[in-house]
Amino acid sequence: MASTEEIREGLAEIVNEITGVPAEDVQLDKSFTDDLDIDSLSMVEVVVAAEEKFGVKIPDEEVKNLATVGDAVTFIEKAGS
Amino acid sequence: MTRSQARVVVTGLGATTPVGGDVASTWESLLAGRSGVRKLTQEWVADLPVQIGAPAAVDPSEVLPRVEARRLDRSAQFAIICAREAWADAGFSGKASEAGLDPERVGVVCASGIGGLTTLLSNYDLLRDSGPRRVSPLAIPMLMPNSPSANVSIELQAQAGAHTPVSACSSGAEALAYAVDMIRLGRADVVVAGGTEAVISPLPIAAFANMMALSKRSDDPTAVSRPFDKNRDGFVLGEGGALMVLESAEHAEARGARVYAEIAGAGMSADAHHIAQPEPTGRGVVTAIRKALADADLTPDDIAHVNCHATSTPAGDIAESVALNAVFGDRTPSIPVTAPKSMIGHLLGGAGAVESLATVLTLHHGLVPPTANVDDVDDDINLDIVRTTPRKLDDGPLAALNDSFGFGGHNVVLAFRRT
Repeated sequence: MASTEEIREGLAEIVNEITGVPAEDVQLDKSFTDDLDIDSLSMVEVVVAAEEKFGVKIPDEEVKNLATVGDAVTFIEKAGS
Repeated sequence: MTRSQARVVVTGLGATTPVGGDVASTWESLLAGRSGVRKLTQEWVADLPVQIGAPAAVDPSEVLPRVEARRLDRSAQFAIICAREAWADAGFSGKASEAGLDPERVGVVCASGIGGLTTLLSNYDLLRDSGPRRVSPLAIPMLMPNSPSANVSIELQAQAGAHTPVSACSSGAEALAYAVDMIRLGRADVVVAGGTEAVISPLPIAAFANMMALSKRSDDPTAVSRPFDKNRDGFVLGEGGALMVLESAEHAEARGARVYAEIAGAGMSADAHHIAQPEPTGRGVVTAIRKALADADLTPDDIAHVNCHATSTPAGDIAESVALNAVFGDRTPSIPVTAPKSMIGHLLGGAGAVESLATVLTLHHGLVPPTANVDDVDDDINLDIVRTTPRKLDDGPLAALNDSFGFGGHNVVLAFRRT
């Protein structure tokens, strides 16, 4: 299983690919909407790409609970374990 | 019939076409008679009955940042590129409020023939091959036909209304007519209007080929689109588009804007005849021309030039010639006409916009671009077709028409005037 930092890095790559936000800005304490300016449609793209990359399922009803990058990393860690 | 006295002028131009990535390069190519038709190089072309097209001279991916481009269907990418050029050309920068305009007095009318068809098809491939989860959440906002106009309205902060006429190959001209109405009705002072299309892909090519609409010649691409020539056998699919900044003359004058030409009037009709075939007597076209002249307060004798729809199909080109002869009578052989589709192919929803832009520049520069590939004029065509080199127009006030017709029997004729 990937480490927390590996998951963050993977997520940062996805966020950069989809939204153009620099990967180094995608840190655990950052809010997807308030800090990274990711709209709801792009968030769905990020989620689907993350599912693919990390081999997990992130249900739609869970997405609204993923406020920060850290929330997403934690969810992926748990879902993958 | 009453109509507003507001005159509508063209103050900014933007284009990306098969012969140039902007207005200047497009105009230069048209004057040079240079064709943008090429053999298509995509892998999927091998099985198709038609293997040529007129792709955009400059791919939008070379112009737009990657992240911006991936959220837009190619037709909307073209629209954003055209809008930025036209907006800057009109002397505006930034969003409407930054440009000193009231956003609620700025509108957008950007037409499309078939909308974001390639986005729809690529998402269908994802659905079929990888399942529903992989369909993009952006699929609908990208493929909806109003996506180009909506994106331009967001780009420019245009809040007077964003509209999308859909009338096949006359859509781009209908957009300009709609914009004229918006200004005359007092709904807006400034409207960015035109149309784009981006459907060079296997399904539309196969479908148009099966309609017997496309030329099947693939040997010498630049010679294939040959409006009015004896050996024409169909149109060539192109892509790209154009947008213009239209303003009320009063608004343009107040800010000291450069005026290219006036859109003096518009005429529209429907053949109500057949879903794909042109009405052979050209009666719907005649009606549209007469309505445009009346709307512009012009007579047939005032018209110094016609930018033809002429797609290079056997029946369509003759119907247009018949209609022009019906309106202009004995004067017809002395009115220089041209057919840009000989060089740019058929841009469908973008065609009427690009060709209207060419008509505006023809009046502005006093030069009619030549029609390419008219080696042997069809005996049934009775027109003064400008060939080989540009034709100079007289100085002073002049008026010209642009014809645009669409599958379904839509006819849109615009009258332009140089004052």
